[in-house]
Amino acid sequence: MAFKIIVCAKQVPDTNEIKIDPVTKTLVREGVPSILNHDDANALEEALKIKDQYPDTTITVVTMGPPQAKDMLIECLAMGADEGILLSDRALGGSDTWATSNAVAAAINRLGGYDLIFAGRQAIDGDTAQVGPQIAEKLGLPQVTYVAEFKLSEDRKHITVKRALEDGYELIEIDTPCMLTAIKELNTPRYMSIGGIFDAVRKEIPTWGAKELGVDVDREVGLEASPTNVFRSFTPAPKGKGMILEADTEKEVADKLLINLKSKHVI
Amino acid sequence: MDFQLTKEQEFVRKMVRSFAETEVDPIAADIDKEHRFPEETVKKMGRYGLLGVPFPKEYEGAGGDHISYAITVEELSRKCASTGVICSAHTSLCVWPIFAWGTDEQKKKYVPDLTSGRKLGAFGLTEPNAGTDAGGQQTRAEDKGDHWLLNGSKVFITNGGYADTFVVMAMTDKQKGTRGGISAFIVEKGFEGFSIGKTEEKMGICASSTTELVFQNCKVPKENLLGNVGDGFKVAMSTLDGGRIGIASQALGIAQGAFDVTVEYMKSRKQFGKKLSQMESLRFEIADMKTRIEAARLLIYRAADMKDRHLPYGPASAMAKLFASETAMHVTTKAVQLHGGYGYTKDYPVERMMRDAKITEIYEGTSEAQKLVISADVFKK
Repeated sequence: MAFKIIVCAKQVPDTNEIKIDPVTKTLVREGVPSILNHDDANALEEALKIKDQYPDTTITVVTMGPPQAKDMLIECLAMGADEGILLSDRALGGSDTWATSNAVAAAINRLGGYDLIFAGRQAIDGDTAQVGPQIAEKLGLPQVTYVAEFKLSEDRKHITVKRALEDGYELIEIDTPCMLTAIKELNTPRYMSIGGIFDAVRKEIPTWGAKELGVDVDREVGLEASPTNVFRSFTPAPKGKGMILEADTEKEVADKLLINLKSKHVI
Repeated sequence: MDFQLTKEQEFVRKMVRSFAETEVDPIAADIDKEHRFPEETVKKMGRYGLLGVPFPKEYEGAGGDHISYAITVEELSRKCASTGVICSAHTSLCVWPIFAWGTDEQKKKYVPDLTSGRKLGAFGLTEPNAGTDAGGQQTRAEDKGDHWLLNGSKVFITNGGYADTFVVMAMTDKQKGTRGGISAFIVEKGFEGFSIGKTEEKMGICASSTTELVFQNCKVPKENLLGNVGDGFKVAMSTLDGGRIGIASQALGIAQGAFDVTVEYMKSRKQFGKKLSQMESLRFEIADMKTRIEAARLLIYRAADMKDRHLPYGPASAMAKLFASETAMHVTTKAVQLHGGYGYTKDYPVERMMRDAKITEIYEGTSEAQKLVISADVFKK
C-alpha cells in the first residue's frame, strides 16, 4: 500500500542581515536571496529516505509564501519530491503562526489520505517552532517535535523516534498518521540532482489561495486575523568584541584569563 | 538574442556550486598534493547526474543542454580543476562520441552506464609521435575476420587509470592516411591485450589520472567499431569540437576561482596603511581580469548554444577555448602576483590554480591548433 508523506517547508532569506519593513515590522523578502529552510530540508531528506526504501511512497511539499516561493518548491522537486503545492494569496499575507497553521492545515486536509506529516523544527527567520505543532493540533494528530532519529516499522504503521531534549533524549513510539518536526541532527540533506532539475522546472506547481483552501479571510488567515502582531523588530546591538589570549603554554593562557576575569570582577 | 540563463541553467549552477563548495573544495588542496584521484567525489558526481548532463533521460542522462554542461564543468573547476577535467573528459570525449556515432546497440550497451557514473570514460587519440598532428597514428587495427586486433600505444590519456570504457583511434588503412585510414573503437578495461602503462607526473591537475594505454594484440569485438571503417578522424575531430567547450569551461572555472579568492584577499590585506582593494593600480588589474573572464564566458556559452542548436560550432568552440585558456593563464598569474609572496606558497590556492591553468592551453588542441581551426575557417573557399 502506498505511503503518503506531506512535508511542510518554508522559503527563508539566506542572510544574517535581515531587512525589516519599518511600517509593518515584518520581513522584507524582495531582493533578498532565498533558500529552503535548513530544518525543512532535513524533514524532506527523511521523507526521501523513506521513498528510497519504499518506491511507492509519494511526497508532497506544501509551502505558504509569495509567488517566488515556487523556486523553493522546484528545489524540493529536484531533490526528489513528487509534488509541490504553493499556498499564495494576498489574503494570506501577514499571517502569524496561528493563521499560517490554519492555512497549511486546510491545505493538508484538502490533500487528505496522508500517513505522515514532516516539518522542520523551526524557520531561521522567525525561530518560533510553533507552526508544526499548531498544524498537528488543528488536524488532531499526535506529534513529536525535535526528531533526531527516525525509524519506520516494516508495516509502515509504527514509528520510533529519538527526540532531542536540552539535556538528553526521549525514545518515543508513535503510530501513523502523525506529525513530526525534524532537527539537523536527523540527517544530511541530499543535493538536487541535475536530471531532477530539468524535470522539476517543467512540472506544474499548483497555487492555492484562500478560496481553494476554504478558509475565512476575516477570521482565520492574514494579518488582521492574526492574534499576535510583531510590535517591533530590531537588530540587537553587537556585544563587545571577543578577546584572543595567546601564550606559549596552556597554563600561561589560563593565568591570563584568570587575571582578566578578576580585573573585571567576574570572579 | 537572450543573454539570460534559463531557470534550469540557474538551478544547475546553484546545485553544482553547492556540491563543489561542500564536496570538492575541502579536499582540493590535499588531492593535488597527494596526486590522488578523487574516486569518492566521482561516485557522488554520478549519483547526482553530473556525469551525464547533456544526454537524454532515456540513456540515464540528466536531459540537459550544453550550457548546463559548461556551467557544471566551470563550477567544479572553480574549486578544483582536476575534478573539472574528470567530468569533461568523461562527458565530451567518451560519452559524446558513443552517443553521437554509436549504433543503437552500442548506445544501449555503453551510454547508460557512463551517464549514471556506474562507469567512467576516457578517449585515446594522442600518441608519442602524434600530438597536434593527430593523423600520424601508429596504433594499428587489423581486421581478423571475427575481431579487430589492436597494437600500439596512446599517451596522456585523461582518466586513463580509472576509466572502464575507452574510445580509441587506430589506423586501419595506412595507404589512405588521416582521412579514411583511421577508425574508432570502443575498448573495455578488461579486454585481452589491453593494459594501462605509465602514469604521468604532471605540473598541474595532479589529482587527475593521466596515463599511457598499451595495446598488445588486443582483441576488440567486431561490433565495437564506432562509426564506419575509416570514420575515425571525423569521429575524433567532431569529438574534440565539443571537448573544447568542456576545456574552455574548465579554464573559465579556474580563472573565476582565482579571481574570487584574490578579490577576498585584497579586501583584507593591508600594505602602506591601505587595503589592496583601495589601491587604484591593483583595482585596474581586477577590472581587466573580470572583463576577460566575462568575455570568455560569453564565447563559451555561445559555442555551447550553437551546439545545442545543431549549428556548425567548430570555430566558435576553438575561439572559446583559445580565449578562455589564455584568460585562465593571465588571471591566475595575476592572482599569484596580487597575493605577493603568499601566492607563491601552497598555503593559498592560487599557486595550484596557476599550475592547473597551463594545461588548458595545451590539451584538446594547443592554442596553436585552435588558431589553425579558426584561421582555416576564415580563409576557407
